[in-house]
Amino acid sequence: MPESPINRHSRVSSRVNNIPFSGIRRFFDLIASSDDIISLGVGEPDFITPWNIREAAIYSIERGHTHYTSNNGSLDLRREISKHLKNRTGNLYDPTTEILVTVGVSEGLDLAVRALTEIGDEVMVPEPSFVAYGPIVHMAGGSVIGISTSMENKFIPTITDLENNVTDKTRAILINNPNNPTGAVINREGLSKIAEFVIDNDLIVIADEIYDRLIYGNKDSFVHFASLPGMFERTVTLNGFSKSYAMTGWRIGYATGPEEIIAGMTKLHQYTMMSAPTVAQYAAKEALVNGENSLNEMLDAYSMRRRLLVNGLNNIGLDCVDPDGAFYAFPSIKSTGLSSESFAEKLLMEEQVAVVPGNVFGPSGEGFIRCCYAASVEDIKEAILRIGRFVERETNSS
Amino acid sequence: MEEILRILEKNGRIDASQISELTGLKEEEIRELITKAEKDNIILSYKAQIDWGKLGDGPVLAIIEVKIAPQRDVGFDAIAMRIARFPEVKSMHLVSGDYDLSAQVEGKNMYDISNFVTNTLSTIDAVQGTSTRFVLKRYKEDGTLIGGDDMAEGRLPVSL
Ligand SMILES: Cc1ncc(COP(=O)(O)O)c(C=O)c1O
Repeated sequence: MPESPINRHSRVSSRVNNIPFSGIRRFFDLIASSDDIISLGVGEPDFITPWNIREAAIYSIERGHTHYTSNNGSLDLRREISKHLKNRTGNLYDPTTEILVTVGVSEGLDLAVRALTEIGDEVMVPEPSFVAYGPIVHMAGGSVIGISTSMENKFIPTITDLENNVTDKTRAILINNPNNPTGAVINREGLSKIAEFVIDNDLIVIADEIYDRLIYGNKDSFVHFASLPGMFERTVTLNGFSKSYAMTGWRIGYATGPEEIIAGMTKLHQYTMMSAPTVAQYAAKEALVNGENSLNEMLDAYSMRRRLLVNGLNNIGLDCVDPDGAFYAFPSIKSTGLSSESFAEKLLMEEQVAVVPGNVFGPSGEGFIRCCYAASVEDIKEAILRIGRFVERETNSS
Repeated sequence: MEEILRILEKNGRIDASQISELTGLKEEEIRELITKAEKDNIILSYKAQIDWGKLGDGPVLAIIEVKIAPQRDVGFDAIAMRIARFPEVKSMHLVSGDYDLSAQVEGKNMYDISNFVTNTLSTIDAVQGTSTRFVLKRYKEDGTLIGGDDMAEGRLPVSL
């Protein structure tokens, strides 16, 4: 049918049209349509939300807590968040002015970027990085300066790279610590250097700390960026419940930071969201008050699976730095000579194992794949076996 | 040691090489620790938990409250052990409250259990009284839900 002239221009805004559809959508469709695959391609816990948290939510509904809460979230929950952060980080956030309850970290990111950037501003994003950062910055009218990291530097951005890419339009830096997809954790020393760079260039920091509880080995190796000297005033931190308490479907998180920034974000939130889901707020409060045991149990399980996956990958010749946090391993597949996408696609077709090609997380993710170990021990073992078989075939044939 | 025991508590069939993959400890060391735990009766037994109901009529279970007279020197222990040794008694605890022992007793049918209570248990000298509650339905045993385990259904195969 010939196109009528009116359809020649898209009705969707150019800003939206300029966000590219991920090139691997076809690949995802393929995964969705095949059953019997072992998936290491997920980005969420395999655990169900602990029962006491689910039960608290049910109780809140029984009691009829079905209305909006205050825009910032229920004060009860904000008080618990404040207490929790004081214990964990030493920072005291005023529940009435410095905490905003959001619809997941996803919303928090969007609010933070929109509240902090002018049209044309640049936001630095060390990559490989979470896939939402780019589009969120783009929709706010800003542009992303991707800072490549490398396996040699354990996927931690170097100060030289930051300095070489900063311009007078650079407004903010977005730091995801621990990192999705690499699992990298930046230690205190590394963060302090970034803090210096931030002060030297008068930047704002958006800290996505959603994986802060999923740390292996030395628990103190995680440092809340805003607790570094001079950083409270310049940092908005996003955190949530999705990963730590296996609550991805509840859609709840929070933002903390200086009153002025939180007020700006609240303004946007108030007009776009009103408030985060009330039932999820009750569940979140229960998670903070009584969730520690379940969290530790899940952490124990992740820790074992992590060992299994990382050793397994290294043994089959896919080099992998020890991921200190989150629940991902990010092995190099360069030895096979395949691109990330062909590796993932062939692996899926030939061995029915799903992994995520590293290039979706940014150009420096090319040559890597993301494997999630929020999967059962049996699945991880079987996946290693199959990937091993696949890698051997590929290396022999090339 | 505790890490190994926690793994075994969930899965008694896992072997030392698998535990080694999960914990990073040496197989040799794991075997030694397990042997020691078995010898010291820290690990009491390994067994399968079976839902007999699935095969048709399962066994009948009753919770029996027992009041006993303590004895000089040994208190409740001697009489308690005497009762606990009966194979019909699946588990038993000394409890606080109105009575002394709470015993879980299993039989092929109700008759089996009433026979055990009237002809065996009640006739023991130190037993002053019993009260039998038949189990109507089993929901959870030893931490395992029966017939109602939560399934993480609906998790997308890929998410970023
Ligand atoms: C780094 C990172 N930030 C944010 C999110 C989104 O989290 P939420 O469920 O709280 O919106 C994810 C989820 O995958 C993530 O990996």
